[in-house]
Amino acid sequence: MSLLLENIRKSYREPDGGSLPVLEIERFELGHGEQVALVGASGGGKTTLLNVISGITAPDAGRVVIDDTEVTGMPEPVRDRFRAERIGFVYQTFNLLPAFTALENVLLGMSFSRGRADRDRALQLLESVGLSHRLDHRPGQLSVGEQQRVAVARALANQPSLLLADEPTANVDLANQQTILDLVRSACTTGNVSLLLVTHAHDVAGQFDRIERLDEFNTAATITPGATP
Amino acid sequence: MNLWLIAVKSVKQRALASALTSLSVALGVMLMVVVLVANGMAERMFVQTATGYDLILGPKGSQLELVLTSIYRIGVAGEPLPYRFYRELTSETGNRIDRAVPITMGDVTREGAFPIVGTTPDYFVLPYMHEADGTPRKFQFRTRSVDGKHTGEGLIRNPFDATIGAVVARQNGWDVGSKLKLVHGGSDGHVHDEEFTVSGVLAATGTPNDRTVFVHLDGFYMISGHEKPLSEAIAREREFFGNVSEESLRALEAEKAGGHGPVPEAQKEVTAILLNIQGEIGEKVLAESRLMSRLNEGVQAQAVKPIVQIDRMMQTLIGPIRTLLIGLTSLIIVVSGIGIFVSIYNSMADRKKEIAIMRALGARRQTVLTVILAESTLLCVVGGLTGFVLAHLLILVASPVVAGYGLVIDPWTFAWGELVLLPVLIALASLVGFVPGMTAYRTDVARTLSD
Repeated sequence: MSLLLENIRKSYREPDGGSLPVLEIERFELGHGEQVALVGASGGGKTTLLNVISGITAPDAGRVVIDDTEVTGMPEPVRDRFRAERIGFVYQTFNLLPAFTALENVLLGMSFSRGRADRDRALQLLESVGLSHRLDHRPGQLSVGEQQRVAVARALANQPSLLLADEPTANVDLANQQTILDLVRSACTTGNVSLLLVTHAHDVAGQFDRIERLDEFNTAATITPGATP
Repeated sequence: MNLWLIAVKSVKQRALASALTSLSVALGVMLMVVVLVANGMAERMFVQTATGYDLILGPKGSQLELVLTSIYRIGVAGEPLPYRFYRELTSETGNRIDRAVPITMGDVTREGAFPIVGTTPDYFVLPYMHEADGTPRKFQFRTRSVDGKHTGEGLIRNPFDATIGAVVARQNGWDVGSKLKLVHGGSDGHVHDEEFTVSGVLAATGTPNDRTVFVHLDGFYMISGHEKPLSEAIAREREFFGNVSEESLRALEAEKAGGHGPVPEAQKEVTAILLNIQGEIGEKVLAESRLMSRLNEGVQAQAVKPIVQIDRMMQTLIGPIRTLLIGLTSLIIVVSGIGIFVSIYNSMADRKKEIAIMRALGARRQTVLTVILAESTLLCVVGGLTGFVLAHLLILVASPVVAGYGLVIDPWTFAWGELVLLPVLIALASLVGFVPGMTAYRTDVARTLSD
C-alpha cells in the first residue's frame, strides 16, 4: 500500500481560543501506482490533508503511513528528508523559485534528498515535459503552462512513490489544462507513482477511475467555506 | 545544487542591495587594513629605527627630544656637546664602547630643505636598525651614477663628500657626482659658499635616513661660520669641563697674534653621539647602565636608550591614537554588519515563500538557516576581500606619495592584524545572519504556502 491514513485528527485554534476541527478521517488508502482524484468544497481541508500526508503539518492524532513507513512518528528532520525522497508535490501556484532557472528549479528539488543533484535526470525530465528549449529561462520568462510543467518535472525529480497535486490545473489556461493533467498522469503511470490529485473541477476528476469526495470520509464537524484550510 | 549556490542565487536576486551592503563592509575593512598597515609603518618607523643604537649621548634636556632629533631629525637640537667630550669618551678605556659616531646637525639642503648631518664614515658601518628577530640591517650604497659615467668614492672619505638618502636622490634628481650647497640653519637662510659632491647614494631604508644628506664632519666644520667663535668656545669648555684645553689656549694666543690655523677642537661641537656597546647582552646592559648613571649624574650631558624613549612615546602618544583608530574602524565594520542584518532581515518578508517552498521540497530547518548564514557570510567575506584589495590598491597608489616623506611602504606587505579580520568577519556574518536565519528556521510552511 502506498498511502494509509488512520484516525487522523487535525484542528486549528480559533482567535477566541476555541478549536476548529478540519480533519477527522477514520481510514483512507491509496494503492501502489493508483491514481485518485480528491474533490471537495473550498475550505474543506483538502490542502490541510495534503500537508498532513506530506508531513508539512503534523496531525493532532492518527497515523500517516507511506510505503509501510509511519511518517507521523518521525522526528521533523527525518520527516523532511523522507518528504524530499518519497513525495512529490505539484502546487496550484507552481511555487517555483523566481531566481532560479527551469533547470535549477528541478535540480533544487533534488538537493534536499540523500542523493546528489542529477543534472542528466533533470535534463531528461524537462525534455519529457517539452521544455528542453527553456532550460535557462527563469519562471518569470515562462508561460504559466510552462511553469507548471517545470513544477511537474521538479516533483518527479527524486523518483517519488507518491505525488500530491493540489489543483494543478486551476491556474493554467484552458489550452494547457489537459496537457498538464495528461503529463502528470502519464508520468505517474510510467514511474508507477501513486497520485492523489486534489481538484474542484469535475471534468478533471471525471477522468479518474477513482474519485473520492473529502466530505464523505472526512467527518470533521465544522467545515466552513473560507475558514483556515 | 549546494547551499552556497542557493545563497549566491539569493544574493544575486537582490544585486543592488547586496552590492551596497557588501561595499559598506569593504569600506570598513579597507579603512581597518589601512590603519593596520599605517600602524605597522609607524611601528617600523619609530620602534625599529630606534633599535639601531644602544645609547645616544647628548646635552642635558628632554630625553625624548634628544632621540627624536638624533634619529628622526625631528625638532631642534639642544646646546651641542664640545667635540672634546666625544674625543675623551672614545679614548677612555673600560666603557666597552664598540663604536661612537658623532653627529652634528643644523643646516639643510638648498633644494628640498633636507636635513644635513655631519658625521664620520663610521655612521654607515653601524646597523641603522635591527629586525624583530635581532638581525641587523646595514646601509647599502650605490656609488656609480645611473649613466655609469662617474664612479664615486663612496661613503664620505673626503671633507666635501656627501652621501644622500634615497628620497633626497629621487626628489632632487641627484646622483653620484651631483653638487649641492647647504643653507644655514636658523632664520637667515644664508646659503654657504662651500660645495659638496655626492659620493654615494643610500639604498632606501624606510627610515629618516632616506631624507637626509650626510656630509663629512670635517667638511661640516670647514664651512665658513660653522666653527664656534673662540671666546665662546673657551667659555663653553670652562663651563662644561671646568677647565680649558691646552690646544684652546694655543689657539687663543695664535688668534691674538693674528694667525689662522685649522679649526681647533674647542670650536667644534657635536649634536649627539651614537653609541654601540660591545659584548654579550648581560655585559652590554651592565656597561650601558654604568655609562648612563655616570653621565646622568653630571649636569652637562646625558645618555639615553632610544628604544626605551620610543617605546614610551608609542605607548603614551601613538598607542592611544592607534587604539582609537582601530576602535573607530571596528565600529564602521560593525555598522556595515548591521547594514547586512537590515538588508537580509528586510528581505525575509519577501522570501518567506521561497523558504517555505524549499522546506516543502524537503529542506530541513537547519538547511534554510544555513542558507541565510551562507548569504550573510558571502556578503561579509566578499566585502572583506574587496576591502583588502581596495586597501592595498590605495596603499599602492599612496606609497609613492608617502615615499616623498621618507616612508618606504611595500603595498603587498600584510599586517598580522589582517589575518584576524577574516575570522572576525565570519563571526560577524554569523551574528548578523542569525536573527534572519532564525526567522527562516521558524517559517510556518503550511501557512506561508497557503497565503
